[in-house]
Amino acid sequence: MEYFLELFLGGMTRGSIYALIALGYTMVYGIIGLINFAHGEIYMIGAFTALITASVLTIFGLNPFAILVLAGLAAVVYSSAYGFTIEKVAYKPLRNAPRLSPLISAIGMSIFLQNYVLLAQTSDFMPFPNLIPEFAFMEPWAHIIGSSEIVILAVTAVAMVLLTLLIKFTRIGKAMRATAQDRKMAMLVGVNINRVISVTFIIGSSLAAIGGLLIASHIGQINFYIGFIAGIKAFTAAVLGGIGSIPGAVLGSFVLGWTESFATGYISSDYEDVFAFSLLVLILIFRPAGILGRSESKKV
Amino acid sequence: MKITLNLVLSAIAVVFALSGPVNAGETIKIGFAGSLSGDLASYGLPALNGVKLAVEEINANGGILGRTVEILAEDDVCKPEIATNTATKLVSNGVHVVVGHICSGATKASLGIYKAANVIVMSPSATNPALTQSGDYPIFYRTIASDDAQARSEVDFAVNVLKLKKIAVIHDKGDYGKGLAEYAENFITKSGRAEVVLFEGVTPGAVDYSAVVQKIRRKKADGVIFGGYHPEASKIVMQMRKKRMKIFFISDDGVKDETFIKVARKYAEGVYATGPRDVSKNPLAVSVTEKYKKSFGKEIGVFSLNAYSAAQALLNGIARAGTTDYVAVSKALKNEYVETPLGRISFDERGDAIGVGFSMYQVQNGEYVEL
Repeated sequence: MEYFLELFLGGMTRGSIYALIALGYTMVYGIIGLINFAHGEIYMIGAFTALITASVLTIFGLNPFAILVLAGLAAVVYSSAYGFTIEKVAYKPLRNAPRLSPLISAIGMSIFLQNYVLLAQTSDFMPFPNLIPEFAFMEPWAHIIGSSEIVILAVTAVAMVLLTLLIKFTRIGKAMRATAQDRKMAMLVGVNINRVISVTFIIGSSLAAIGGLLIASHIGQINFYIGFIAGIKAFTAAVLGGIGSIPGAVLGSFVLGWTESFATGYISSDYEDVFAFSLLVLILIFRPAGILGRSESKKV
Repeated sequence: MKITLNLVLSAIAVVFALSGPVNAGETIKIGFAGSLSGDLASYGLPALNGVKLAVEEINANGGILGRTVEILAEDDVCKPEIATNTATKLVSNGVHVVVGHICSGATKASLGIYKAANVIVMSPSATNPALTQSGDYPIFYRTIASDDAQARSEVDFAVNVLKLKKIAVIHDKGDYGKGLAEYAENFITKSGRAEVVLFEGVTPGAVDYSAVVQKIRRKKADGVIFGGYHPEASKIVMQMRKKRMKIFFISDDGVKDETFIKVARKYAEGVYATGPRDVSKNPLAVSVTEKYKKSFGKEIGVFSLNAYSAAQALLNGIARAGTTDYVAVSKALKNEYVETPLGRISFDERGDAIGVGFSMYQVQNGEYVEL
């Protein structure tokens, strides 16, 4: 039972990280119907920003909690700026082009950002400081769940709640929902869709940056390539849950995290990815739109 | 077919053996077989030069057992089908010991002939594990670590020094890591003193490895042998330590890398990793390298030191045994140590050099220390 719990929590931690990234994919898809392949790189840039900020702040001798918060803030701001700029540079000019064009543009952006970080930083793995201190009171359970896992779960939960409130109860949230339903109609009734799209990119990038910071602190290392695999997995999770659906992305991420964790724990980690992707195939066969996705009714 | 071939070979051997007992005053003949022409001559020629240097040195000091040493070199072009002829020719010319062959394939093809003639063969470069481990060729020795030597030194260390009983073998699914892990698993099982409780591959680059780490704990492993590179190793070690697992972690030269320590920091402390033994500071190696350059006007080749050491070990064996008799020399090789450019070496039961190849290192105070 303890073993089950360990795997459950491990899968949930992994799922949380996927969820933070997957939300960016699913929100952008929901609003402009684009798969933003550069999103994994935003996550990686968030982690790098946090690393640089944290290193500088450590020299000034701040306490760990302050460093965590400030590094998180820097990561969020910097990544959001990247997300915002990417949209303006790579996607906005192609908004009325055939759907494949922005997709290719996204892949190009992803490759560009990876190589930019590779050149600006290093190709080697960099140590990432442990920003989340060990909680003394957790010691008896430390082998089941560590402090960084608790923080990851808590931060993800808070982020989800805030995001839900934002979308349900604010003006911009209403505008986002309207744009997702019908972009042209929203424009006609006076929604500033450029602003909505920019905000969507900023929110998605912020969540990815938080994910990048948390996971880097948890596993203690980063390099320019971490965004690629995490991005692919998060994208898978978004499709699994139903791309375009926000609760779907979260659910899909947890399902994917648990599948991987239990497959490793009870069968073999050799087949971790096999099970994850078999699940994706199975769900798409029986529910082509994903777990919570609505099959798109044709707009007439 | 194999039996008839062996019979024929034995018959040949008997004929040569009859011409056997060596009279005092005759030279000691050391054969060299390897690629002296063709694509792979760049391996064979420097090795032969290494043998020449060793023999020169010994002859300058009065030879062995009062007799001078003579080299009979034959070309096998690293081809198995030619190597059998090479071996037959050396044996029929009455060599007492042979340094060679250079390539594993050629070595394997020729060993039957030497075995039938009771001629000891020592390769400076054939790394195929089966050559010594099959037990088919008690006449075969080598001064280079076999392909699985790393796995062997990891397992020996785990089982004999750390006295582990339950070992988890983890790899990164790559050729290098998985190959090593498979050898390690095999050795652990064969040793009979420890058991492999978990054999699994992890996906390189995965977000975290907590599930695998929990599994290692659940199997109650008292040590992990990891085949792979440092990014995965550091993640696994860090997660193990964070989950309060204090069990041993043993890995390979893919992990014996400064980046591993840089990334894993305090969690790297106490981790074991095998790495190639450093001979560049060995005074003998330095002097042989210089002498090589002076004698041949070229930089020393890749197997020259191994060949030099092989010739040294063989001739030392004959000197210690006081005879060229196969049984006595074998005994001397296994029991006596000899100072060579590769270090102080001897040979184990199977013919692999002890003291050649890999050492165990441990992270102590932020750096790898050779144990």
